[in-house]
Amino acid sequence: MSLDKESLLRAYRQMKTIREFEDRANAEIMNGQIPGFTHLYAGQEANAVGVCEHLSGRDSIVSTHRGHGHCIARGADVIGMMKELFGCADGLCKGKGGSMHVADLDKGILGANGIVAGGPPISVGAALASKIRGSGEVAVSFSGDGSVNQGTCFEAMNLAVVLKVPAVFVIENNYYSEHTSISYAVGTDDLKARTEAFGFPVFVADGSDFFAVYEAAGKAVEHARSGNGPAGVFCEMGRYYGHFVGDPQGYRAPGEVKALRQDSCCLKNFRASMEEMGDLNSAELDAIDDEVMALIEESVVAAKSAPRPTPADVATDVYVNYQA
Amino acid sequence: MPVKTMREALTEAIHQEMERDETVFCIGEDVAGCNGSAGKVGSVGGVFGVTTGVYDAFGPLRCIDTPISESAIVGAAAGAALSGMRPVAEIMFADFIGVCMDQIFNQMGKFRYMFGGKNVCPAVIRFATGAGFSAAAQHSQTMYQVMTAFPGLKIVVPSNAYDAKGLLIQAIRDDDPVLFFEPKALYQEACEVPDEPYAIRFGEASMPREGDDVTVVAFGQMVGKAAAAIDSLEAEGITCDLIDPRTTSPLDAETILESVEATGRLVVVDESPPRCGLTADIAGLAADRAFHSLKAPIKQVCAPHCPVPFSPELEAEYIPSPEKIVAAIRATLA
Ligand SMILES: Cc1ncc(C[n+]2csc(CCOP(=O)(O)OP(=O)(O)O)c2C)c(N)n1
Ligand SMILES: [Mg+2]
Repeated sequence: MSLDKESLLRAYRQMKTIREFEDRANAEIMNGQIPGFTHLYAGQEANAVGVCEHLSGRDSIVSTHRGHGHCIARGADVIGMMKELFGCADGLCKGKGGSMHVADLDKGILGANGIVAGGPPISVGAALASKIRGSGEVAVSFSGDGSVNQGTCFEAMNLAVVLKVPAVFVIENNYYSEHTSISYAVGTDDLKARTEAFGFPVFVADGSDFFAVYEAAGKAVEHARSGNGPAGVFCEMGRYYGHFVGDPQGYRAPGEVKALRQDSCCLKNFRASMEEMGDLNSAELDAIDDEVMALIEESVVAAKSAPRPTPADVATDVYVNYQA
Repeated sequence: MPVKTMREALTEAIHQEMERDETVFCIGEDVAGCNGSAGKVGSVGGVFGVTTGVYDAFGPLRCIDTPISESAIVGAAAGAALSGMRPVAEIMFADFIGVCMDQIFNQMGKFRYMFGGKNVCPAVIRFATGAGFSAAAQHSQTMYQVMTAFPGLKIVVPSNAYDAKGLLIQAIRDDDPVLFFEPKALYQEACEVPDEPYAIRFGEASMPREGDDVTVVAFGQMVGKAAAAIDSLEAEGITCDLIDPRTTSPLDAETILESVEATGRLVVVDESPPRCGLTADIAGLAADRAFHSLKAPIKQVCAPHCPVPFSPELEAEYIPSPEKIVAAIRATLA
């Protein structure tokens, strides 16, 4: 895999940042500091980072309810994001959106999304804009194994083929949609074939292995960017936390999460590959760990002392030029 | 009489109707739960717990988990209802109406009229409605005010556990499509609820407070807030009628008009945004049919014209408070 040292360090840093962000968010939710419904991405980091490492400039992503990882991977301001989760006035979305609606338009992040499969059609629009402009960007939508049963997802996939736009549909199979298994909710045994029947190639990877995701996503992004129309990426990976923080997780087998944390941790896998390949030594990675911990701590300290929104803010930002 | 939460009352209503009538069945995302997983199928009972125990009691043919496919869920309920069944579908958050709108208002809601009155369509679609949990813009809307605009749909918004049970039983027995909105802030609120089944007729308001000075009409979660506002004014000798229409379609216009004729003052409270909503609807009704009884301008208390915000401070400003209701009542008396 032709990744230079700088890229390897960045990829690891991104994955570690997501993991620490999520672990800390979980702790702060338990402490009652973060309101609302929060869905954590821990365990799935390699997928977001493996895809987003192929994106730059005005390439865009559309995310999901489980969006923190995608946003960090695409370069969202981590402190602004933590503030948004806390509902601060100077959060990334002024405390109006919260966890499920983190967006950073300047970074090409067209929003997390509270509606399952709300994102894929939006990414087709972003891809269409790129095609009309001839500017070469790709538009990625992340969505879960549960999203593939939604009409909006089918419509978006077909439209992307019909319009031959550079959209990349990244499907994250973490085995469950809420309390239901993919084996129940998706009627076919071959989701890859079902998706490819729309008329675009789907590249499959182990979502706990950064290098595998990076390779599969590279093919998909390349396919889309070179004007061949949409492409898909399917990754399998487990999530470490519940569907949302507070989920009793009765759908899990005994020991399931422990096994996931042990055997399919993208950070451990990454470190193991580095040892094998000798590109990075563990001291370099340890140093990143320390920096990430400091950043996350800084983000929480900042969020706890940030200004809170005031009642006068409630009906601003509804329209550009019309105060309701 | 036993005390039950609204959640328990709703669950009881579903169980009792399913026992009484074998054409009743539940369908929706995780209404059973754990299908295909290592967990025990049926152990979830809906993300709000309203279909608890239904799978165990009635089995997989009558407690049906679906993929995340709201259009297909509502369409399947509508089609089954046209075919002799009485589905109780769950669409979780009312906001998800956005995904299945066509099946609700263009299909289900119009069958009877389009087909010249030849059919019944006894489908119930349940939703959790309203704000209060920092669930933000796509998981907090009321939506019942929007759906009230469509002829052919009956719209129910209970404000307490007792009403919730009787109204859900009526909804299941009703031959028209019913959208049943459960204020999620009230799931844990309890009151006395009889064990035996009972039905509350649609289009009959309740009056949880009676008074002389002002008529207050409130919906769903707002009924409790309005009651708190009214109670806080009692010491000053201000008394109000509090009317809970319970169903917005059909609407008990008579009870509202009779009260307005007696008090001459009207405050209407809803947690939805103001435009084309229920407060304007009721204000219009009173202006049209009780104008000469009015002694003061009608006051509407509602959310601002904006999506539901995330931050708790903003959400507290968004949801009409007892203080705002008190101010409106005082304004009609000024
Ligand atoms: C239209 C719609 N239906 C239902 C929900 C409730 N809901 C939120 S997340 C979720 C499961 C999503 O599963 P999946 O797509 O696999 O994503 P994951 O949570 O596993 O990341 C459901 C049903 C929703 N938010 N939007
Ligand atoms: Mg999933």
